[in-house]
Amino acid sequence: MSEKIPCAILGSGNIGTDLMYKLKRSRNLEPRVMVGIDPESDGLRRARSEGLVTTAEGVDWIVSHPEECRFVFEATSAGAHRANAPKIAEAGLQSIDLTPAKLGPGVVPPVNIEQHWEAADVNMITCGGQATIPMVAAVSAVTPVPYAEIVATIASLSAGPGTRESIDAFTRTTAKGLEEIGGAERGKAIIILNPADPPLIMRDTVFCAISPEADRDAIRASIEQMRETVASYVPGYRLRGEPQFEQDRVAIFIEVEGAADYLPAYAGNLDIMTAAAVAVGEELARMREREGVAA
Amino acid sequence: MSGAATTLVDSTLRDGSHAKRHQIGVEQVVDVAGALDRAGVDVVEVSHGDGLGGASFNYGFSLTDEFELIEAAVGAVRRARIAVLLLPGIGVKEDLSRARELGASVVRIATHCTEADISPSHIALARELGFKTAGFLMMSHMNSPEGLLEQAKIMEEAGAEVVYVTDSAGALMPDTVKARVEALRGGLDRGTEVGFHGHENLSLAIANSIAAHEAGATWIDGCTCGLGAGAGNAPTEVLTAVFEKLGIDLNAETFPMLDVAEDVVRPIMDRPQLVDRASLLLGYSGVYSSFLLHAERAAERFHVSTKDILVEVGKRKAVGGQEDLIIDIAAELASTATPAA
Repeated sequence: MSEKIPCAILGSGNIGTDLMYKLKRSRNLEPRVMVGIDPESDGLRRARSEGLVTTAEGVDWIVSHPEECRFVFEATSAGAHRANAPKIAEAGLQSIDLTPAKLGPGVVPPVNIEQHWEAADVNMITCGGQATIPMVAAVSAVTPVPYAEIVATIASLSAGPGTRESIDAFTRTTAKGLEEIGGAERGKAIIILNPADPPLIMRDTVFCAISPEADRDAIRASIEQMRETVASYVPGYRLRGEPQFEQDRVAIFIEVEGAADYLPAYAGNLDIMTAAAVAVGEELARMREREGVAA
Repeated sequence: MSGAATTLVDSTLRDGSHAKRHQIGVEQVVDVAGALDRAGVDVVEVSHGDGLGGASFNYGFSLTDEFELIEAAVGAVRRARIAVLLLPGIGVKEDLSRARELGASVVRIATHCTEADISPSHIALARELGFKTAGFLMMSHMNSPEGLLEQAKIMEEAGAEVVYVTDSAGALMPDTVKARVEALRGGLDRGTEVGFHGHENLSLAIANSIAAHEAGATWIDGCTCGLGAGAGNAPTEVLTAVFEKLGIDLNAETFPMLDVAEDVVRPIMDRPQLVDRASLLLGYSGVYSSFLLHAERAAERFHVSTKDILVEVGKRKAVGGQEDLIIDIAAELASTATPAA
């Protein structure tokens, strides 16, 4: 690809700022503008020094400069995105939504992005979903998974007010993702906040119910392949030890260390969201190119 | 719950679910709830050990759907109220609505002692549904009295009518219980009650319950025969007897409680509640009591010692709900251990 696809970041907080640094490294995406409120905020100062246009005009700036913002990364709040989304879509631009607004289909880069490349709005589900759905998909690619359960443990410091106010939204959205995208017949998600100091790195445990006759070697290989794929866009994505098989289940232990672009390294839960969002943008860019859609 | 100023809550059918590996049937619930009711216990808690929605690979699946158990308990009592437990992050709001429809009328919304701000929407819904609503600050030994008060205020503001100092690890001592209960009693509105939930890991559950009551706690938890996580809870029959001797007015009566313990609960126990090496270690190192059986199971599976697992869990400052860490640690210990002779 000769030209990078121009991107806008809506929101100049922790997520938006971390996203900017990741987009700067992208081979086919280029952050052009960051939309924020307070010009003196750390995020907007950093955006200016990285050469981005900064504006307080909100989504209106984006729709009046569509050539600068092929992909709009929404890093504000669910409420704000609900208001912004129709305008973004009407301008013919695509939203990659990191908020819990859930207007468009949920996407996990290595699993289902192909199906949604034309969607006006794709949603990044939850941090726990980005960490665990690929593993459920890896197991269900080999053997039926009647039930998948995940436990996400994150550092208290990395759980913002949005997560805390609506913790049910995390469990529900993640569980639905395990089913609809991961391929489990039934999903369950649990989230634990741990206040230990120093803060702990994000941990996720994935349990898949499997038949005692399932091909364990094939499951191991599929898990390992998926780990490699996810680690290609989330470098701190690791397995802690071997998958543990019991009669009727396999347990997979994941740890996600952040790249510490802007967020602290322990906040792997936030890092995996921004890293996956960039991966989604890159995939969408490749598919547009393949389908011959002009940037 | 009229009469006595102190409300006695029996959690045999919830905290005891841990000790029973969540293998409790309808008949047992009917027998225990009915007997506790007749003995005058005010509140009988029934849920999976990890609260509504706790049935899982991580915590263990229930023998019987907990809503079936709740319904059975509601049908078995005449005077006592049926309580449920919910941990936001594990159970969801729909579970609360369903429990209320089935007749549960008391709820404890539980969070780790520093994370109360994940509970307000659940507490508010519980009040809206007409539950008598308590906030349950678990692992209270991991926060200072002042810090605990701040957290209790979040729950109170959301609508909690009672806030508990919950000693999930059985790690508190009479003085440290007193300091926490006093902080809550002094800092919360007069109309908000304070509760205490003790564990027996340091053999202090009864002493701590007395200290809590002296400091102003008016909701006291027990489990009959101590049947609960770790070394168990303050035995309800002992609480009843000791409180009576101290002149603390309870609706529950000592002699009927002795019979409930001996004739109804002891026969359904899988093992005696002991302060043994592992459970003493829970209290000593401040580890969540319900990790005990999970650690024992992982120790057996990976041929490592329960003690080593629990010590490592303590080092990693695990909070309630992190049962998945136990297998992870056991596997790691097994891979680094020199082969046993």
